[in-house]
Amino acid sequence: MSEMLLLRHRDIPEIANLDTYRQIGGFEAFQQAVTRMKPDEITEVVKASGLRGRGGAGFPTGMKWSFIDKKIYPHYVVANADESEPGTFKDREIMEGNPFQFLEGVAITAYAVGAQSAYIYLRGEFWQLARKLDQRIAEMHATRLLGDKLFGSPYSLRIHTHLGAGAYICGEETAMLESMEGKLGQPRLRPPFPPSYGLYGKPTIVNNVETLTNVPLIIARGAAWYRTFGTEKSPGVKIFSLSGCVNRPGNYELPLGTTFRELIFEHGAGIPEGRQIKAIMPAGASSSLIVANEQALDTSMDYESVPRVGAQLGSASVIVIDNSIGIDWLVNKTVHFFKHESCGKCTPCREGTYWMAHLTHRITTGKATVEDVDLLYEVASQMKGKCLCALGEFSIEAVLSGIERFREDFEARAKQVEYSE
Amino acid sequence: MSKLITLTIDGKQVSVPEGTLIVDAAKKIGIDIPVFCYHPKMEPVGMCRMCLVDVGRPVIDRTTGEFSQEEDGSIKIQFAPKLETACTTPVSEGMVVIGASEKVKLAREDILEFLLTSHPLDCPVCDKGGECPLQNLTMGFGPGESRYLYDEKMHLAKQVPLGELICLDRERCIQCARCVRFQDLIAGDPVIGFYQRGRALEIVTYSEPGFNSYWSGNTTDICPVGALTTVDFRFGARPWELNAAASLCSHCPVGCNLTLNTRREASSGGKMVIKRVMPRQNEWVNEIWICDKGRFGYHYTEARAERLTQPLLRKEGKLTPVNWEEALEVVANRFRQASTHQEEISQSPNENGLLILAGGRLANEDLFNLRTLAESVGGQTALYSHMAGGDLVAQVGLGEGSNFSDMGAGTTILVIACDLEEEAPIWWLRVKQAAERGATVIIANPRATKLDKSAHFKLRYPYGGEAATVMAMLNTFSAKRPNLPPAYGEQVMAANGETMQKLARSPELQAAAQAFANAENSVILYGSEGIGLPGSQALAQACANLLISTNHTGRTNNGVLAVWSRPNEQGAWDLGFQPRNNLKQTLRAAKALYVVAADPAGDDPALAETSDFLVVQDLFLTDTAKLADVVLPAQAFTEREGSYTSGERRVQRFYPAVPALPDCLPDFKIAGLIGQRLGLDIETRIPSKVFNQLAARVPDYATLSYARLAEVADQWPVVGREDLYYGGTTYQNRQGLGVQLSPSAQRGELTAMKWQEPPNLPESDDGLLAVPITRLYDRGQTLKYSALLARRLSPACVILHTTEAERRGVKNGDLVQVQFENASALASICLNEQVPVGVVLVPRSVGIPLTAPQWIKLQLAERVKA
Repeated sequence: MSEMLLLRHRDIPEIANLDTYRQIGGFEAFQQAVTRMKPDEITEVVKASGLRGRGGAGFPTGMKWSFIDKKIYPHYVVANADESEPGTFKDREIMEGNPFQFLEGVAITAYAVGAQSAYIYLRGEFWQLARKLDQRIAEMHATRLLGDKLFGSPYSLRIHTHLGAGAYICGEETAMLESMEGKLGQPRLRPPFPPSYGLYGKPTIVNNVETLTNVPLIIARGAAWYRTFGTEKSPGVKIFSLSGCVNRPGNYELPLGTTFRELIFEHGAGIPEGRQIKAIMPAGASSSLIVANEQALDTSMDYESVPRVGAQLGSASVIVIDNSIGIDWLVNKTVHFFKHESCGKCTPCREGTYWMAHLTHRITTGKATVEDVDLLYEVASQMKGKCLCALGEFSIEAVLSGIERFREDFEARAKQVEYSE
Repeated sequence: MSKLITLTIDGKQVSVPEGTLIVDAAKKIGIDIPVFCYHPKMEPVGMCRMCLVDVGRPVIDRTTGEFSQEEDGSIKIQFAPKLETACTTPVSEGMVVIGASEKVKLAREDILEFLLTSHPLDCPVCDKGGECPLQNLTMGFGPGESRYLYDEKMHLAKQVPLGELICLDRERCIQCARCVRFQDLIAGDPVIGFYQRGRALEIVTYSEPGFNSYWSGNTTDICPVGALTTVDFRFGARPWELNAAASLCSHCPVGCNLTLNTRREASSGGKMVIKRVMPRQNEWVNEIWICDKGRFGYHYTEARAERLTQPLLRKEGKLTPVNWEEALEVVANRFRQASTHQEEISQSPNENGLLILAGGRLANEDLFNLRTLAESVGGQTALYSHMAGGDLVAQVGLGEGSNFSDMGAGTTILVIACDLEEEAPIWWLRVKQAAERGATVIIANPRATKLDKSAHFKLRYPYGGEAATVMAMLNTFSAKRPNLPPAYGEQVMAANGETMQKLARSPELQAAAQAFANAENSVILYGSEGIGLPGSQALAQACANLLISTNHTGRTNNGVLAVWSRPNEQGAWDLGFQPRNNLKQTLRAAKALYVVAADPAGDDPALAETSDFLVVQDLFLTDTAKLADVVLPAQAFTEREGSYTSGERRVQRFYPAVPALPDCLPDFKIAGLIGQRLGLDIETRIPSKVFNQLAARVPDYATLSYARLAEVADQWPVVGREDLYYGGTTYQNRQGLGVQLSPSAQRGELTAMKWQEPPNLPESDDGLLAVPITRLYDRGQTLKYSALLARRLSPACVILHTTEAERRGVKNGDLVQVQFENASALASICLNEQVPVGVVLVPRSVGIPLTAPQWIKLQLAERVKA
């Protein structure tokens, strides 16, 4: 990539400085939007660009904006900065390194959907980051980029940060809204969806930090320009958070359509100590495990191609697993994560993650039998299709794909003793 | 009438109104979709995932907008890839729901297996066993075995008190949130909530005292497992051992339908005792709920050590036990003497013969026999009550067919001089729910109360300005109605000073009056906040006037409702009993005084001076009974049959639950036996015969009979028995819904407006105005034997604002001597910011004798160290 679009602080180190950001054209898109474009026009541009949600769901962003209920006001925009998926650390770098492009994205989005208040929900552990963002927001107020009657137009906008308190489930958009309203962070029933019934029951657009950071450039340089990156159905660039058994873990901004091979072996400099790659988790802990064969490595990382090798691209938090890792050990980790983070609202996730955690613990400590591996598979299957939200549904992906594709790892320590009835 | 939607559930077609949820539509045609977190009286949350079903919808061709068709012409149905929760999905036209498939069957087994992984094997010791939705649904839909390892079961606290009334077992809780949602959305007391997350999700209480709500007992009815149990019934009995008797609550005029569960048991010495009080469904009265006073306040009927069990006769100054023969003989003789005396002095209106003072806890049958007795000897009757207006209720009360459940948008409800949740909790709930359905609520009260949250208009008048406020509302239309006496309103308002005048002219009051007048339906509830009998008389009359002048009488869901303090005060009024102003003089003047179910001396020692001959008929040796010449032991309502007329003028039956205490007789029988000795032909044995006589003599009751009162109808939602997983363990009502009487206005009889001056409060010299208020948990006879409630009973206190206390140099908790006109009492100071300045609130029935507003002085008696 010759020029970064999102991680621009790697090219322009001072971009976190407001003056620097403005010198390179920052906030011109926002001004152009507010003074010379209608809100619906902006939505159309974003639709045309093909930008899809970067938080994991991949939902077309412009389409989501167009769903907002125009009969009920006020409208709200909430930036999802909860970033708690294991293996995901892209939004943090954006907000630390290129905060004003992110804030400009929030602002343009707010204008496009008719919101005069926008919120940034940050995970509680990002309290220092939130404080810095508050300072930057204050700078924007001081330079009349936020506040009343911006650029001489009737449009007013205020942005507020809001901290979570350590719950992964609050990254789920309706649980996030519940948390912002001061209630228990548990997902709501959907339908209705946030564009109809969101924060305080009003129409709300929730977007991921990375998604929003794309918006100013799309407005500044046009939808057609954006489509020159990526693939036809997955246009644009994506920050891939590479971690696990690689020599150079970190965030890599690459066009969608880059292959796993390029990411892992070129940018990530391959597997340490000459070990062999074994599996890939493309969507953090919420992934299915891809068997890292040649076909998989040559698969393009975009929303359409990854499913062909039995997984979802998700948030593109690519965790690499090599042959020193037992998949049972790995799945024990992911299952314990989900058990810890389950909100407890629905029966299958609350009881199922707890049960699976016991089973994986026994499997990895050699206290389980082969039947227990089958039982683990069945418990995970029992949860499938029954949970209230995606946490429960995704918690089983690693379990099911792990046992299907790497069964020998699970049976490696299985007790040979058969239980008598 | 909303649109009807037709769908198919397991092959059966059903048509239901638009917006109906699949789970309810199925119930209507007898198909059970198992649920835990769903309750038909609450919004669904789709949490437990037990009600997952296969839902198919007709495919709509996008080009034509019509339903697509299969080759054979049938409508193409597309089933969703995942099962959907029946409790959150509303029906749609042509929907096909499948619950009876292998896929759904396995899903139900899966969910139950999940729930049972950490649910303890407590059935043998769990109160809920036998009426447990989890047990029933496991039998019906569960897997035969659990594959979960016993050693990995989560262990949690098993006896967590949520306050002293409710006990929580954390292991049994299945986190269905029914209790939390009930408290938040229905009871309006969000004092319990969830804490932690995931498998560690647990219920905690946030209030001090714990679970501080008058509705806490209801959560044990709707809890689908034995997690929430009442301390009253905990480890008490097995549900299948219990007999169920239909009864009515004896505490307040709502007339909640109860089921009393009883059991004959060795631990009670072979006696049959009440093990618990449960609600009985009556959607016209209390729906499926009861308040905690009704649920936990029944022990007085079984306080065997204190109950009177034998007639007592005063011999040589001491009350001595005698048999009924002797006691009745003495009573009959003295009554006969008094009646002769009455004939002799009938020219002089000041001296009476026999006076029967009856209380509002008596059944209609008792009151009827007492009236017959009084009439036959030329005697008089009086109702022991501080409220007026029962005659007005009979004229312009709620129209027949009225039901709070039908009130919503288009109805205005005025609640005046009433702390509704304290005086009649279920009516508070019903009015609140009416407001949620769109009814306009006007609250007129000098201080804030819980109902304020549902109010659209709040009128704060000064104590003493009750009737004036209603008159001020009437005055806003006086221009259009020239028949109002012009000077009346001004005169009344002048008497109550500037505050009242400002209120009368305020836009808030004008708007409230308009809302009242222009509403399709209007209802007034008046209570006894801060007023005594004279104030109540003026207020009741003013309320009637307002309804008459705005044409809100004689129709369903229109009229006036008195929030009496006892269950059958309306029945007493209907049978001719009325309270007396100047009660003290009246009592003293009677030659023979027969006090039944009342304790005037206990409420006010000044009433202790009574007549020549005093007979007291009661359950306990009250203060009045201690002064009597003859004491007659009566049965409690739990030991006999009878009928009460509720405040909404619904006549309902109650049935005996336990055998009567030996030698106690029902009130109607005692009155009858006395009457027989006086030569009357009067029924003494069969209550239904007394009732038939009553129906023949009292025109409003003419069409009633015990058979009619016992009629039932299907009710929604279904509760109890095989449906207890759905609506809770409230009992089905198979013993009678009662019959609502119509007011005379509904028969076309016109009631004229009358103008009654409210009492004038004399000027004070910087004293404090003490006003009586009602607390649900007072220290009356009916509650003092319920040890469970002991810590929640109102202390003998006076409640005032902090600035008033500071001005008089008293602090919270100090003991003060309260100086009334003719009495004084000790009370503790209680501070409350809601009390208007210059006013002191005095709860009734806590031992401080105040029946009407009075100026008082406070003197510090003892400083209590903080």
